[in-house]
Amino acid sequence: MIEAVGLTKRYGDKTAVYNLSFQVRPGSVTGFLGPNGSGKSTTMRMILGLDQPTSGQVTIGGFPYRKLPNAPRQVGALLDAKAVHGGRSARSHLLCLAQLSGIPARRVDEVLGVVGLQDVARKRSKGFSLGMGQRLGIAAALLGDPQVLLFDEPVNGLDPEGILWVRNLMKALAAEGRTVFVSSHLMSEMALTADHLIVIGRGQLLSDMSIGDFISANSADFARVRTPETEPQQREKLTAALTEAGGQVLPEQDGALRVMGLPLPRISDLAHSADVRLWELSPHQASLEEAYMRMTQGAVDYRSTVDQRAGLQQPLPPGAQPPVQMPVPGQGQPGWYAPPPPQQGGQPPFGAPGQPGQPTGPYGAPGGPGAPVAAGGAHPNPYAQPVAAPVADLTKPEDAR
Amino acid sequence: MSTPQQPPTQTPVPQAVPDWQAAPGPSYTAAYTSPIPVTRTHLGHALASEWTKIKSVRSTIWTLGVFLVLVVGIGLLVAAQTTNEDFGNVPYTIPAFFGLVLGQICLITLGVLVISSEYGTGMIRTTFTASPQRHRVLAAKLIIFFAVAFVVSAFAIGFVGLVTESMHGSGEGTAWGGSVVKGALYVSLLGVLALAVGSMLRHSAGAITAMLGLVLVPAILPAFLLMSESLRTIGEKMLDYNAPNALAKIFGLDEGNGSGGGAQLGLLAGVTAAAIAGAFVLLDRRDV
Repeated sequence: MIEAVGLTKRYGDKTAVYNLSFQVRPGSVTGFLGPNGSGKSTTMRMILGLDQPTSGQVTIGGFPYRKLPNAPRQVGALLDAKAVHGGRSARSHLLCLAQLSGIPARRVDEVLGVVGLQDVARKRSKGFSLGMGQRLGIAAALLGDPQVLLFDEPVNGLDPEGILWVRNLMKALAAEGRTVFVSSHLMSEMALTADHLIVIGRGQLLSDMSIGDFISANSADFARVRTPETEPQQREKLTAALTEAGGQVLPEQDGALRVMGLPLPRISDLAHSADVRLWELSPHQASLEEAYMRMTQGAVDYRSTVDQRAGLQQPLPPGAQPPVQMPVPGQGQPGWYAPPPPQQGGQPPFGAPGQPGQPTGPYGAPGGPGAPVAAGGAHPNPYAQPVAAPVADLTKPEDAR
Repeated sequence: MSTPQQPPTQTPVPQAVPDWQAAPGPSYTAAYTSPIPVTRTHLGHALASEWTKIKSVRSTIWTLGVFLVLVVGIGLLVAAQTTNEDFGNVPYTIPAFFGLVLGQICLITLGVLVISSEYGTGMIRTTFTASPQRHRVLAAKLIIFFAVAFVVSAFAIGFVGLVTESMHGSGEGTAWGGSVVKGALYVSLLGVLALAVGSMLRHSAGAITAMLGLVLVPAILPAFLLMSESLRTIGEKMLDYNAPNALAKIFGLDEGNGSGGGAQLGLLAGVTAAAIAGAFVLLDRRDV
């Protein structure tokens, strides 16, 4: 159990982490997401007592890390795969860590086998590939057979076989009742591995909920409804009925309707009572990546711009037309990733349920779209702005500080 | 900066601790417990770990190898060039002095590398995660390094002394055991000082440069200071206490002054103790 309360870290006048409070519970894999520079690694370092928080505190099982008796036997961490002395062999590296916490030397050979490095155990880690370095780091984290595990970007540089292995390892560790806290940028990986998500942006908590709730709350989950194409008046009738029931209805290009805010059975009931036949009623759920992009697009610090290549171009001969530059998807277009907003009318894009366990409809937005973000209810979240105006977000990104 | 951050870190503790004491059962007995017995760690574990570390990197082999080659090699060359009459009232370990003046730089380098290589590679984060008791790690490093440096330098000086005595021994020479101990102590302390400086500066090149400055500048600067009347006393003190001269005194090369370098050794011990204290204070205070 990791518990952070009001965790804040300032470096000079730059605030890396601000008023972060969350809990990581045993028995499940908790993903830790956020854009580059959002304070994930700083938070990890504070959990491990490497950095002293400016204010607030973080405890593991009730103790600050540096007060834990024999900490590596309770907490294992992979912070940075390159955090080894390259001149030392893999085995010596693990051996010196094992000796530091009174772990018998045979455990070193055991974890070397677990991560599959037994054949290169006596090779100097300088020559290791990125993936081998990750495996060595994971071995160091597993060395103490700890109850709490922290992994910062564990699949970074691993081959597909290694990624699968790490995924299964995390799940197995959590299934044994351990607390597993993983940060990653690979959304597809997180979607497969994590049960619970903690998302931060610019050092502040954006979301703390289960992965299913997160996707539902932050993406345009919708139902596609198609009425018989031969009878357009049925379509209008259904639109009126659904809107009256509180759903948002958008017409699609091909004549179907996109319905948000209503569960599928309710749509069916409404259609039935309005005496409208349905040709299609299908659920559409966004991916974790879409949900994540939507949530964090206002909190991204490092954003690419369109490469103008102005410095490389010859001055154009008089009368020549400059070539038309086609925008590349993802470059210089802040809102490119955003799927259509789930709610019209300026509600926050992630009107989150108050508690992760709170029941919500299987599709569409939960009951209170204007509710403040979980665990951060005391202060309004500066990023909780309507996605309909992402450009406005960019013009005042510093007002959070 | 450190004063305002204390109250906020302290105040929430009473809230969290009862929570842990009130409900350890549901959160922990249900959670995973390792079959490997948990031992209580102490300095002995850190010493074993540092011993593994220092012997498993090549920089140790290289620096100590060069040190031995310099001290023994130059020592034997000098011994071969001297005659029995040269050792009338000086110890037989004198040939080792010339090698030590150069060789001390090797021990300084190793001392710095023992800690700063961990900062340079990021290993220090792994180490301090494995042992949040940072002072224990630094203490173990100091002890292990000092022991290694002292044994190796005492061996080198003693070996040169033995060979020289067997070549030039005329039955009655001066006792040279003290010069072995004091000479080894001086260069080892210099290395320990380098380790403490490395811990404070956290940067290999910076710390080695600082230590070279500390050793060489007081040996060179007096030449200029003595030209000025007002700075003359400072220059003379520097001349008296600089590292090469201290070694010269320890080996009885100070023209029968007979002080034996005790004051110089004392000064180095004092400076080293101060640097170690500074290193310990900074160690707990800074982020890694």
